[in-house]
Parts: sequence; C-alpha cells; structure tokens
Amino acid sequence: MASIFEFANPKRFMNLSGTVLPWLAAASALTIIVGLYLGFTAPPDYQQGDTVRIMFIHVPAAWVAMMCYGLMAIASLLGLVNRHPLADVAAKSAAPLGALFTALALITGSLWGKPMWGAYWVWDARLTSFLLLLFLYLGYIALWNAIEDETRAARAAAILALVGVVNLPIIEFSVDWWNTLHQGESIIRSGGPLISAVFLWPLGLMAVGYTTLFFTLWMIRIRTEIINRRARALQLGIA
Amino acid sequence: MEAFFAMGKYAAYVWPAYGASLVGLGLAIGLTLAAYARAKSRLAALESGK
Repeated sequence: MASIFEFANPKRFMNLSGTVLPWLAAASALTIIVGLYLGFTAPPDYQQGDTVRIMFIHVPAAWVAMMCYGLMAIASLLGLVNRHPLADVAAKSAAPLGALFTALALITGSLWGKPMWGAYWVWDARLTSFLLLLFLYLGYIALWNAIEDETRAARAAAILALVGVVNLPIIEFSVDWWNTLHQGESIIRSGGPLISAVFLWPLGLMAVGYTTLFFTLWMIRIRTEIINRRARALQLGIA
Repeated sequence: MEAFFAMGKYAAYVWPAYGASLVGLGLAIGLTLAAYARAKSRLAALESGK
C-alpha cells in the first residue's frame, strides 16, 4: 500500500507522471493505429457484415467507461476516508472523460443497433443501465459545479460516486440476469473467447489503445488541476 | 476503394460511428492539452512575475 500513497503525493505524482506520460501516449497512438488498420482490413463478419467494425470502437469505449467509473469511485473513497490531497483531484478529473466514453459507447452502439436489431434504441437492461451510467457521470459533474466550497463539493460528489457503484455490476451482469437483446460475454469467458482471431486482434488492440488514451488524458488532467491549485495558492500568497 | 467506403451497404452506420468517436476523442485531446498549456503558462507567469 505504501507505494500507492507515495504516488498520491502531488509532488511525486508530478515527477512520476511526467516520466510515464510520453510512453503512455506513444503506446496509445501505436495500438490505435495498428488496431484501426487490422479493423479495416478484417473480412466482414458472416452475420454482421461490415457493421462488425463498429464493435472495434464500441466495446473499448464501453469498457473504458466502466473502468473509469470504478477508478473514480476508488479515488472518491480514498478522498472521503483518507482525506488524500490527490484523491479528490483524481476523481474530479476522471468524470468528464468517463462521460465522454459512455456517450461514445451509446452512440456507436445505437449506430450498430439500427442495422442489426432494427432500432437505434431499445429499453433493454444493458442499454438502460448504461444510460444511467451517463446520468451518474453528468450528475457527478453537476454536483462539483453546484457547490462553491471545494471540500464540501468533493465530499458530496464522492458520496454520489459511491452510491452509483451499484450500477456497475448491474451493467456487467444485465445480459445474464435479464432476457436482453444485447449479446452476452463473448471475450473473457470460461472456455475461451467466442470470436475469431481476425476480430479479436483489432478489438484487443483498440481496447489497449482506448485504455492507454484514457490514462494519458486522466494524468494530464490531474497535472493541470495540481498546477492550477498551486497557481491559486501563489496568487493568494499562501505559498 | 469504392467498395471500402460503401462498407457493404452499411456506410451510413459505420462511418458516423467512427466520425463521432474521432470528433469526441479529438475534442477531449484538444481541450485537455489546451487547459494543460494554459495552466502551465499561468503558473510560469506567477512564478516569474511574483
């Protein structure tokens, strides 16, 4: 645990993230470029046709949207319980990114749903719980903006983030619990993936690309917030 | 090439999906970098100007 808390020291975070950032950004660019190439050169799926290519950007966006919420909740918990200087900043910085990836998953999903299911939207368990995820992100952001005092805003937003965590398993297991239109798990399952390697590679690379892109942007946003707070402290003559 | 852009008659769904993702992620990258640059120059000005 010691390493996590050392990393949570703002000064050390600035040093560490400064070293990691260029590598993370390069890894993201590379995996997305190769992923896109493989995604567009893969043959059309025998059932989905060329709409299978939407999967290469839909699944990674949805995965990052959920991972981001989990990370935001963990940061919120650390901020609430341990009063860590960096935890609230980390949670606050993640929310707009999470909202974006959620929106992208919903948009790309509905553009796939129209030709494949015959409708842009259905009030199915998976889709509805994912829409709720977007509202949780937007509510979290709104709460931060509504409360003037930063400490109180952080506390209120953290509680909302933690309450919203119940939605994550609902999204995850919605395809098993309810009879939904959305397909079940086909990648990480016992017995191995159900999809062919020609699709698994671009999907995997895009997932890595999206994940590293998220971490790159998240780190830059945290750095921005730390710098802004330092500037504000300087302006007030505290530092 | 034409066949590629036609996306097997699914062009109307595949390209908007990629377009929306490109615009969304592009905006996020642009806004994040702009805010970062603004913060850095603000702090630099404060530190040098006093």
